[in-house]
Amino acid sequence: MAAFSLAASGGHWFSALALGVTLLKCLLIPTYHSTDFEVHRNWLAITHSLPVSQWYYEATSEWTLDYPPFFAWFEYVLSHIAQYFDQEMLNIHNLNYCSSRTLLFQRFSVILTDVLFIYAVHECCKCIDGKKTSKELTEKPKFILSVLLLWNFGLLIVDHIHFQYNGFLSGLMLLSIARLFQKRHMEGAFLFAVLLHFKHIYLYVAPAYGIYLLRSYCFTASKPDGTVRWDSFSFVRVISLGLIVFLVSALSLGPFIALNQLPQVFSRLFPFKRGLCHAYWAPNFWALYNALDKALSVIGLELKLLDPNQIPRASMTSGLVQQFQHTVLPSVSPLATLICTLIAILPSVFCLWFKPQGPRGFLRCLVLCALSSFMFGWHVHEKAILLAILPMSLLSVEKAGDATIFLILSTTGHYSLFPLLFTAPELPIKILLMLLFTVYSVSSLKKLFRKENPLFNWMETVYLLGLGPLGVFCEFIFPLTSWKLKYPFIPLLLTSVYCAVGITYAWTRLYVSVLTGCLVSKTKKQ
Amino acid sequence: MENWYWMTLVVLIGLTVRWTVSLNPYSGAGKPPMFGDYEAQRHWQEITFNLPVKEWYFNSSDNNLQYWGLDYPPLTAYHSLLCAYVAEFINPDWVALHTSRGYESHAHKLFMRTTVLVADLFIYIPAVLLYCYSLKEISPKRKIAVALCILLYPGLILIDYGHFQYNSVSLGFALWGVVGVSYDWDLLGSLAFCLALNYKQMELYHSLPFFCFLLGKCFKKGLKGKGFVLLIKIACTVMASFLLCWLPFFMEREQALQVLRRLFPVDRGLFEDKVANIWCSVNVFLKIKEILPRHIQLAISFCLTFLSLLPACIKLTLQPSSKGFRFTMVSCALSFFLFSFQVHEKSILLVSLPVCLVLNEIPFMSTWFLLVSTFSMLPLLLKDELLLPSVVTVVAFLVACVTFFPLCESTSEAQLQLTSFAVSVRRRLPGFTFLPRIIQCLFLSSVILMVLLTILSVTLNPPQKLPDLFSVLVCSVSCINFIFFLVYFNIVIMWDSKNGRNRKKIN
Repeated sequence: MAAFSLAASGGHWFSALALGVTLLKCLLIPTYHSTDFEVHRNWLAITHSLPVSQWYYEATSEWTLDYPPFFAWFEYVLSHIAQYFDQEMLNIHNLNYCSSRTLLFQRFSVILTDVLFIYAVHECCKCIDGKKTSKELTEKPKFILSVLLLWNFGLLIVDHIHFQYNGFLSGLMLLSIARLFQKRHMEGAFLFAVLLHFKHIYLYVAPAYGIYLLRSYCFTASKPDGTVRWDSFSFVRVISLGLIVFLVSALSLGPFIALNQLPQVFSRLFPFKRGLCHAYWAPNFWALYNALDKALSVIGLELKLLDPNQIPRASMTSGLVQQFQHTVLPSVSPLATLICTLIAILPSVFCLWFKPQGPRGFLRCLVLCALSSFMFGWHVHEKAILLAILPMSLLSVEKAGDATIFLILSTTGHYSLFPLLFTAPELPIKILLMLLFTVYSVSSLKKLFRKENPLFNWMETVYLLGLGPLGVFCEFIFPLTSWKLKYPFIPLLLTSVYCAVGITYAWTRLYVSVLTGCLVSKTKKQ
Repeated sequence: MENWYWMTLVVLIGLTVRWTVSLNPYSGAGKPPMFGDYEAQRHWQEITFNLPVKEWYFNSSDNNLQYWGLDYPPLTAYHSLLCAYVAEFINPDWVALHTSRGYESHAHKLFMRTTVLVADLFIYIPAVLLYCYSLKEISPKRKIAVALCILLYPGLILIDYGHFQYNSVSLGFALWGVVGVSYDWDLLGSLAFCLALNYKQMELYHSLPFFCFLLGKCFKKGLKGKGFVLLIKIACTVMASFLLCWLPFFMEREQALQVLRRLFPVDRGLFEDKVANIWCSVNVFLKIKEILPRHIQLAISFCLTFLSLLPACIKLTLQPSSKGFRFTMVSCALSFFLFSFQVHEKSILLVSLPVCLVLNEIPFMSTWFLLVSTFSMLPLLLKDELLLPSVVTVVAFLVACVTFFPLCESTSEAQLQLTSFAVSVRRRLPGFTFLPRIIQCLFLSSVILMVLLTILSVTLNPPQKLPDLFSVLVCSVSCINFIFFLVYFNIVIMWDSKNGRNRKKIN
């Protein structure tokens, strides 16, 4: 996996890393795939066999098209290659169709589109400070960063086993970040606008883009104390940015506006009918909230403070229902989560506005936006944590403090993906890959920052080591106990609550570091 | 150990690749009535679990030897028994006498694959790591690189985790033996090698180098003093370990004879199926199997094998050295593979193991050989539907080798260990300077030929008159490569630069 000093010349090592992980992805082809495989097959069929006007109306399969138009067009393009593999997969009524050729085609489509991700990682590596370049290739920040991104456990699990197309989408995001680092703002904005129309989950980080571009690109200068100079506002830049965003949106949504289908498209994109938490609770604030509610209701029942007849049955029997009804604490509405998310995002955005610290400040704000919306969002998927982990990797190789946060975030976030793969043959794979990534990230970052304070204090060490026993209990011991049938949700509950603690901690630490950085530099100037 | 974490990563990568390959089909999956090696191993569990030791190797109403009868030495049988106990604990149907024949299920596949992984994890992988740590005069990073390349060797992974066998056990024990004797822990080494030999009789391919090396060591210490003591000690260790393994079978004479008959099935003929050795390749032009009576075939193959490995073995006995030992292991195993009686295509793994051990000294030739060895099993791998994992693991192995050992630049005479050979040739032929060039050309043409043949056998259907056309071609091409390698390794051994006096003697 690594190219040592022998191959230090040029970008030889980078191609070896990329090729190595690509081959690993090929080996993962015969692994288990989730219903998302069928989702994408169905979308191939829809886009291939129906006119555009029916894309967002078609509902033969329960997996209706609920991504923005660019993604639909992407499937449309893929479907034209797919027909040479197996015509049958393009039939809408062929539900759950999975021939070996279909499998090969779909898996290879993910692997090949990841080329964009690889390119983006290559560009990102150029943006990293080479100040503390060590002679040893494997101790260079660039090398570490490319391993952290290319061999990211989450992407391997979610894209190449579970089946999704996060690779090239993350590639687009990383590429746009890299362009902002390279001062190619227009290109960055364009890429992000395109990305938004591929998958709207990236709306979560849009505030960071908006404020950064407005503050650091549209205002061409700042006062000496860092506050904005209102007279430096450049209309040309604003208009060109606006034009780019508008053109991209017009290209994507235009046809549907012309067909008068916009409301239908939006109702597909934002299904607020789903529950507060996904089937398996993502390890965020609401997981802690739900767990507290459960604990309180159990205590209440024990102390006879609650009337058992008034408790909704579903909440007591399993955590797997879509609509979670709270018994003690107030129930949460979508609007409440939206407000919470906005409140959580606001300070970081303010910081970006009042104390712009270049692209690095932007990147921190972006990670905070992603994390905050993960913490408080409505119906968050556990996979969404990748949205924060990937950009956080860029920060981790530059500062020891960020490295600590990254390690806690990535380890707990990746561990929380374990329930995605629940089949026995994949158990060794997820454990091995997780160990591979964790051992590498911890030891290489420790080595990179060996001259500074130790990365973890005792509490963090104990917490991270605790994931080991937790994994052993959930994956090996629990299935052998008699509780398996009575309380099947216990491993999920434990995993999500335990990981929620770590992610909340990482989020808090990152926020504290950003806010103190903001305040300290302000007071210094004064 | 500052680089412990790199070693951890290397092992994790090796394990990941192994497990992902194991998700693919095994030999004879869903192919009644005979199935394949997977069923053979399961059947052995059934037999050893349900029948008393006395009946394991005998034909009976409960043990039909025609249906995957046990034909490996006792240690394999014990291993099967051990696995059978675990299997019985999980699901008694898996090893039920008679009724479990051809049993196939996802859970069972998982169980069988896990047994391979466990055996590998406890025997082969530690041996590889220990071997790489024991390498002298190279940087820690290079050790890690060698370990990764050895662990990624596709042939072993594909046969053990795809096709289904337990080669990592016997090869692992043999590797423990190599580590033992090169550390001068001779007794431990000979014990480990005896275990290997008692796990698979094919380990006999490696026995002569072990014997000669240990004998040479004794000679070196002086047969009248310390050497004699050592010799006695080693002999006792070997006897004791054999006795221990064969204990239940030594009770009766007939038992031991029957086991031997099962281990060396002379009546099965000079070769079976398609194998990349001399006999199968010659068979294309000359049907030896039909022309000559069996005992003459046996005699010819024995003589040829013996002659081809004699020089290297003599040299090793006279000048025992750790390096010479490993090279002799390669050439002996290769001689056995090419010339001996009843060789299977999978036996090439026995040659690959020592070649992995010289990866550090001659990266170029080793990588080349390891590629050819995997290619030579192509017909088998295609039959098992392992095309995708084969291609991927081969490319991964090649990428690893090219990354760590700059192959293209390592074809000078010195790096090929051919300096003294070239010097002595140049005494007669002063213009003999084109050796590296020739080898590069040969490498290129060999690789191109292998890629072409792979593509052909995957995409085209062979003509109806010659259904085995591609597999015969694959075998012949590999065989030619192997003969070239045999010559090369013998040259390296004979012209080993340490001692010029001996070179003349053998010439």
